[in-house]
Amino acid sequence: MIRLAHVPTYVRALALVTCLPIGLTLPSALAADDVAPGPAPVVAPATPIEHALRDITSEDAAVRSAAAALLIEKGDASLLPKLDEIRAEADRATRQALKPVIDLLKNHANLTSAQSDTRRSAAADLVGTGRPEAIAWLEQAAAKESVWWVKYTMEESAQLLQLRADAHTVRMGAVTKLGELRSQNGLSALKELADAGAQSGATDEQRALADAAQASITQIDAWSWWAGALETLFRGISLSSILLMMSLGLAIVFGLMGVINMAHGELMMVGAYATFVTQQAFVGWVSPELFDWYFPVALPVAFLAAAAFGWVLEATVIRFLYGRLLETLLATWGVSLILMQAARVYFGDLTAVIAPQALRGGAQVMVGVYLPYNRIFIILLSIVCVLGIYFLLFRSNLGIRVRSVTQNRNMSACLGIPTRKVDSYTFAFASGLAGVAGWALTMVGNVDPGLGQNYIVDAFMVVVTGGVGKLAGTIWASLGIGGLNKLIEPVSGAVYGKVFILVGVILFLQWRPQGLFAAKGRNADA
Amino acid sequence: MTDGDLILNCENVVMDYDGFKALNNCNFRVQYNELRVVIGPNGAGKTTLLDVICGKTTPTSGKILFGKGINLVGKNAEDITKLGVGRKFQAPSVYGNLSVWQNLDLSVKRPSKGVFPTLMGRSSPAERVRIEETLETIGLSTHAHDRAGALSHGQKQWLEIGMVILQEPSLLLVDEPVAGMSDKETEQTGRLLTSLSEKQAIVVIEHDMDFVRQIAKIVTVLAEGTVICEGTVDAVQADDHVREIYLGRAKVAH
Amino acid sequence: MPEQPVARPDSRETVSLYLVGVVLLVVLPLLNVLTPEDSWLHLSDFRLNQFGKFLCFAILALGLDLIWGYCGVLSMGQGVFFGFGAYCMGMYLALQIGTESVYGSELPDFMVWTQVKELPLFWYPFKSIVGGVLGAILVPVLFATLFGFLAFRSRIKGVYFAIITQALAFAAWLVFNRNETRLGGTNGLTDFKQALGFRLSDPSTQRGLYIITVLALGASYLFCRWIVASRAGKVLIAIRDSESRVTFSGYTPWMYKLFVFVVSAGLAGLAGMLYVPQVGIITPAQIGVLPSLEVVIWVAVGGRGTLIGAVLGAVAVNYGRSVLTNYFPEAWPFILGGLFVVVVTMFPDGLLGMIRKVTARKDTPAPVSNADGRTAA
Repeated sequence: MIRLAHVPTYVRALALVTCLPIGLTLPSALAADDVAPGPAPVVAPATPIEHALRDITSEDAAVRSAAAALLIEKGDASLLPKLDEIRAEADRATRQALKPVIDLLKNHANLTSAQSDTRRSAAADLVGTGRPEAIAWLEQAAAKESVWWVKYTMEESAQLLQLRADAHTVRMGAVTKLGELRSQNGLSALKELADAGAQSGATDEQRALADAAQASITQIDAWSWWAGALETLFRGISLSSILLMMSLGLAIVFGLMGVINMAHGELMMVGAYATFVTQQAFVGWVSPELFDWYFPVALPVAFLAAAAFGWVLEATVIRFLYGRLLETLLATWGVSLILMQAARVYFGDLTAVIAPQALRGGAQVMVGVYLPYNRIFIILLSIVCVLGIYFLLFRSNLGIRVRSVTQNRNMSACLGIPTRKVDSYTFAFASGLAGVAGWALTMVGNVDPGLGQNYIVDAFMVVVTGGVGKLAGTIWASLGIGGLNKLIEPVSGAVYGKVFILVGVILFLQWRPQGLFAAKGRNADA
Repeated sequence: MTDGDLILNCENVVMDYDGFKALNNCNFRVQYNELRVVIGPNGAGKTTLLDVICGKTTPTSGKILFGKGINLVGKNAEDITKLGVGRKFQAPSVYGNLSVWQNLDLSVKRPSKGVFPTLMGRSSPAERVRIEETLETIGLSTHAHDRAGALSHGQKQWLEIGMVILQEPSLLLVDEPVAGMSDKETEQTGRLLTSLSEKQAIVVIEHDMDFVRQIAKIVTVLAEGTVICEGTVDAVQADDHVREIYLGRAKVAH
Repeated sequence: MPEQPVARPDSRETVSLYLVGVVLLVVLPLLNVLTPEDSWLHLSDFRLNQFGKFLCFAILALGLDLIWGYCGVLSMGQGVFFGFGAYCMGMYLALQIGTESVYGSELPDFMVWTQVKELPLFWYPFKSIVGGVLGAILVPVLFATLFGFLAFRSRIKGVYFAIITQALAFAAWLVFNRNETRLGGTNGLTDFKQALGFRLSDPSTQRGLYIITVLALGASYLFCRWIVASRAGKVLIAIRDSESRVTFSGYTPWMYKLFVFVVSAGLAGLAGMLYVPQVGIITPAQIGVLPSLEVVIWVAVGGRGTLIGAVLGAVAVNYGRSVLTNYFPEAWPFILGGLFVVVVTMFPDGLLGMIRKVTARKDTPAPVSNADGRTAA
């Protein structure tokens, strides 16, 4: 599906992150100006560091770089405020001299930060400075590190820095080590080495390095193929679970009630907007520390909002159309147009929800395989939904009633089952399920009026392929279609992926016109 | 009797719905120009038997030989119809939005029922006469240009019988033709079927024992997917096995 | 039991039909040409052209009515066939622009800025009007034959077919939006100048196109009426009423469905072909899921299962749209959606059904087709 909407979420999140520090630092900088008017009195420097702090503003380039070297070697994070202060008033040359000093000191300090993400990005940033001093720091930090992925980055960074060493053996060691680490980040440097060795004027040392680099590249490439395959699989399952959550509701009303609900996507949209509104309510009325709680609170809100819409839809439109499938399809399509336009008029085109802390970021499960938490969350949620529906339909009294009405409406009515109530509850429940899907979808994309339309065609493909009203069929079909989608996408692009899926479904129906799990028996085609 | 006299010969037909055997090694034979009645308790497999013969469903195993030894198993419904098997369903199945005349006109046996011949086709005088005769036979002459959907239940049943007659089948399968009919209508239907059986073989499924008595010479009793007994009405009713399985149980129930 | 005659256009309807034909073919163009511009009788070039567009839609609606109204098979992909027809004609017109284009190249403008150096092979047939016209009919017909064969032969029916055709519309929309299909991507084909030497901007050319459209609509209508009146037309209705009975009468329903699907695709192609020179642009937005569904609502509003209803619905809804979007641009989706709901739940016989009910002699009140056949608990 084409989602033009991903970029703005990202931009918004970034804007939010960057705005905070700016808002804090500007006033404090202004305050500092007020307190210290005029130049500070000149006092003889007492320590080499203070000396270097003065020398760094020297007009002599050699003096500046000596001072910088000393600061890097002896300095620590406590110098950072002072350095920032100097930089704020310094000329261009000084700022250039200061930059690596500040970078190194800051990242050095961050290597022991309490936040693992901070430690990891510090380790990665140290490579960019290219300073050999950082190697020792990285190795020390790696020795103490407990989080494997941070430790891995530290080791990788250290090796990447070693690659620039002068000694041949050190570089050889680094090349081999990078291969063993399956370092993705080392790939370009290794390729440069391999290319350099292939040139005609290459020395023996360069050739040896090139051979080693080539071996490492092969190692890394093999690894990244597997990692890529795993990530594709994960993306496929993730899309499948979204489709599954959508198709479950569709399959219930299609299979159990004989209603094609084209507005199902819009009920999902209702759930998503309910989540958005809940978030806005938290922004307005609840203290910021509790902000993340909006998300769990939004779950029942989304369910109830969508269920209420569904209940009204059933009571006002669908109840007149039972038994006329095509008519339900057309009428609900009209409802979906109205709901979409209403959302567009009321909310405008672009709104997004900020994910709670726990769902941001992701897990680096192995080198080259990164699984975002929001996707894992949706996969788990879809499993919970399937289990919930299974128990509700097949292990509860309500489920027995629903299924009995499905199989023989008149008989059920004779047995005292309130069929009208069962209809409206079932429909409201399926709608609520769409609302839950919408709630979860806010974690992976924007909230916009076209939210439902993006998945509805695929979801119907799932229902058709799976066979009407078969829970197992719906599950397998969404796995198949979601997986196939993501499998084809890298090869042919998203658009032709869709076309292939359509062709695939049509061909599949040649073989199994009733879908994967067809209803069998005498009344199968009734 | 020899195989040469048989229009229909079902050999060991099994119809398995997910473990439930609606037909279980069913052997069923019908001779040319015979009127056969099939009875049996609910769920005995009577309708399923007709379904597998006319191609509505494909049996799991077994052979269904028709006429000069054509195996119907695996053939689709329209081909089986063209071979000369006509089917009247239990619930009247007519085209509600067409007139009675049009209903009959569509059913007339024609050399081709493909799209283009049908598009160009006009009824020949001979066909019109046949349709009018059939209208007489089924007593709907005065309703020829009414919407079929507006007919009464019994009239719809007759219309469907008329439609099947015009197909000129050599084997006619009729599923509970008198359900929902008045006594008078039932008797007329009985006479109609009896007169038809002079030209073609007919298999009738029926529950109404009075009606069965009126039309049947030989009755087949089906239970749990197999033929358990065959013979005249009196012989069948005297059969202990049949009493136990069917009539006996019915008596207990009353 | 009161007698309910089988619905067929009575003599009054036939007379009004001829009247409408004369008005469309003679009166409207004359009002356009002969009356002075400030006269209240005057029909502006713009209105006449707009009317021509509506009549194209009417042809499209006729096709859908044939398959949906008569045969009961809902195709939600008619926009695709319309698009095929429109694009075929559009390609011819785009090649007729020649060096009048913005970049002065023989190639259409979009090819220049997507760096296509040579005319793609599949564009060659559209250098001549014969290619354009034949393609506009044959491409949809052949595509519908293939698609319909696969779908109907495997007995995909009812909602399944509707859903599959909707997916087709969606997929086609995606593909036409791509630049590498060499059909102008999102911007489509536009900026046409001339056809057969006639300037498209010339009011007399547009008048000529209008008259051609009226004639095409008339021919399409008679063709559809011929099909509906034939025995095959009765088979179509029979399939809608009881498909299994049709099978057991010796017909092969899927062949009839395929036939009528192909005819409807051809009509849609014809409509698209006439649409492009009058409107001057074709983009993927015309062939997606929503445009395909709008055709359904035209037919439903007009009265499905009556050919006149389809024409009436197409013109009425589109006229309503052009008026309303002028005054309340945001309200149209609400109205369209509302039409779907109201027509489907309350007026299944559409406008024509209502007209017939009002004009009919006082016999039986037409039943509200609320066929739920069960009691509320």
